[in-house]
Amino acid sequence: MLDTVLQQLLIGLTNGMVFALVALGYTMVYGILEFINFAHGDVFMLSAFVSLTLVGALGLTEHSSAGALAGGLVLCIVASSLFGGLLNLAIDRVVYKPLRKAPKLAPLVSAIGVSFILQNVGLFWGGMSMAIFGGGGQAAAPKAFPNLLPAINLLGANSKVTLQPKDVLVIGASLVVMSALYGVVRYTKLGKAMRATAQDPSAARLMGIDVDQVVAATFLIGGALGGFASVIYSLYINTVHYQMGYQNGLYAFTAAVVGGIGNIPGAVLGGLLLGLVRAFSDQFIGAQWQPAVLFGILIVILVFRPAGLLGSTAREKV
Amino acid sequence: MAALLKKFGRLPVLALLALAIYPFAPVLDWGLEAATGQALHIDRQLVNIFIFSLLALALNLQVGQAGLLQLGIAAFFAIGAFTTGVLTVEKYPFQIGFWGAMLVAPLAGALGGFLLGAPTLRLRGDYLAIVTLGFGEVMRIVLLNLENITDGPRGLNPVPAPWLPTVVRELLSPGGDASIGVLRAMYFLALIVLAATVVCLNLLEKSRIGRAFVALREDELAASCMGIEPARIKLAAFTGGAALAGLAGCFYATNLTTTAEPNTYDFNYSIMVLCCLIIGGLGSLRGALLGAGLLLGFDNVVSPLLTRLLQTALGGESTHVMASFSNWRWIVFGTALVVMMRLRPEGLWPSSRVAEELHEAQEDAA
Repeated sequence: MLDTVLQQLLIGLTNGMVFALVALGYTMVYGILEFINFAHGDVFMLSAFVSLTLVGALGLTEHSSAGALAGGLVLCIVASSLFGGLLNLAIDRVVYKPLRKAPKLAPLVSAIGVSFILQNVGLFWGGMSMAIFGGGGQAAAPKAFPNLLPAINLLGANSKVTLQPKDVLVIGASLVVMSALYGVVRYTKLGKAMRATAQDPSAARLMGIDVDQVVAATFLIGGALGGFASVIYSLYINTVHYQMGYQNGLYAFTAAVVGGIGNIPGAVLGGLLLGLVRAFSDQFIGAQWQPAVLFGILIVILVFRPAGLLGSTAREKV
Repeated sequence: MAALLKKFGRLPVLALLALAIYPFAPVLDWGLEAATGQALHIDRQLVNIFIFSLLALALNLQVGQAGLLQLGIAAFFAIGAFTTGVLTVEKYPFQIGFWGAMLVAPLAGALGGFLLGAPTLRLRGDYLAIVTLGFGEVMRIVLLNLENITDGPRGLNPVPAPWLPTVVRELLSPGGDASIGVLRAMYFLALIVLAATVVCLNLLEKSRIGRAFVALREDELAASCMGIEPARIKLAAFTGGAALAGLAGCFYATNLTTTAEPNTYDFNYSIMVLCCLIIGGLGSLRGALLGAGLLLGFDNVVSPLLTRLLQTALGGESTHVMASFSNWRWIVFGTALVVMMRLRPEGLWPSSRVAEELHEAQEDAA
């Protein structure tokens, strides 16, 4: 029993890290624009396709040499993060930016539209005639992402709790990236500008902050975090699917709301909590109930504590 | 006749007449069959369009008129369909038939809407959107997993066709072909209910409560200062929309003769209905009807046609994912949403009031 609990704690923690990374992208954008970027989950999904394509192009498998694997991994992380960031930035430029002054419904509906377009692109991408995509015959089928890290138990072969190198990678790399983000937001000039814009965009503009640039930086950073998350997610789950962005995006958004949307530490806390809830509900309630449990929590939190766990309870003025 | 024309305007009355005659004289089918050599069964598509229009009108009541952004309309559609299933299939002892189910399904939808709406409608717009989205997913998962009740992925079937007096049945299918009789029965039932709904919604729009919806949508603070209770009015719109969606679900299940699998009623379905409204014009009854027609028309007529053209152009049977136009569907709808929001946020056929509101907002912002 204790072993099961420990194992689920570990699974929850690793899953929670991925949720937290994606949730940061939602929460940062919401903090500044008060807008739910529905397409964020699909940026995450397409970034995973970038990694898978790279892995296929480089011909990496479980049996490649350690050096090749390490190099390929770094390349995947860099490429996916860059792709995610630039794609998010481009979407903002082309679609959301002209709608900044429109009624709130307009950017939200546009984001849903972008999400559909990206999912469709993912479907077509899955039809590529590369070996790693299964030759392209089954475009909609989930694609296997090779396990690039050795599948050994770091706690010894006899231990009932499994801790694999990929778990360590997910947790370690996430912690590094989150600390870096915290440093940027807390200690750099850009971070200060971001915080000021989130508090009051017009006042920030009056103080000489280039709000447009801050928004662009937010989309870039948020997208890059999503891209990074997609690589470690793919390494961890070992499957890539064109609809994975939708569900994981919604979970991550739930995490952002649970922690208090617009609040960066809140997103991390919410992600971890959600990861743990998911792991334990899968174990003790049943995986088929997973979405119902997680969305049930979302509804309850929104009804009873709409500001989330760490959010301020200040009421919206109008 | 002249009085009708005067009361409702020429276009709706003529359209209704044309639709009432169509199943007996399917001129379009004849023409297209002569041109393409394939039977298109436009009357069958029309039944689907009528039912989908009901659903679009339900969402329009909530989103378009009361301004409550709801992203889970499929949940209430599913409630209607599964209520109908439970009340009519052989598996259960109730078997009250279509007419009974038609009365109960909207009540079940309304109950669901009331239970969800009462605690959540005070949330602000985007949070409400997420709560309703979450509710839609929860409903789908619950229906899928409660296999003892819903038969899980198989869905409940067969849902029986509506009982009709012999006279009516013979009137509908003079040759005695039962399947044509059932099709025509569904056609006229859906058409009558749709027409009645449009008339009722039109009256509602002009009533005290309908004007309260608009007042709330335009300015909640000002409306509540004028003595409108936001919580009650919002709940009325939400519950009313949910009831109408439940009714649409009853028709859907009866027309399909099955409740279909719970995964049919997913987030994408809800968004498709929203898509109709946005293309046609949020808050506009005629816009909702136009949107429903365009969307189903694209899915069932344009998309297969384009696929056939694409296949001919590629020379034969290509199995590539891009060679079937139905796979382009989400790009088309997604682009439609983005482009409409940018260029024509009031929709293709808006009500004059909404168009004015939107342009006022733009001028204020500029």
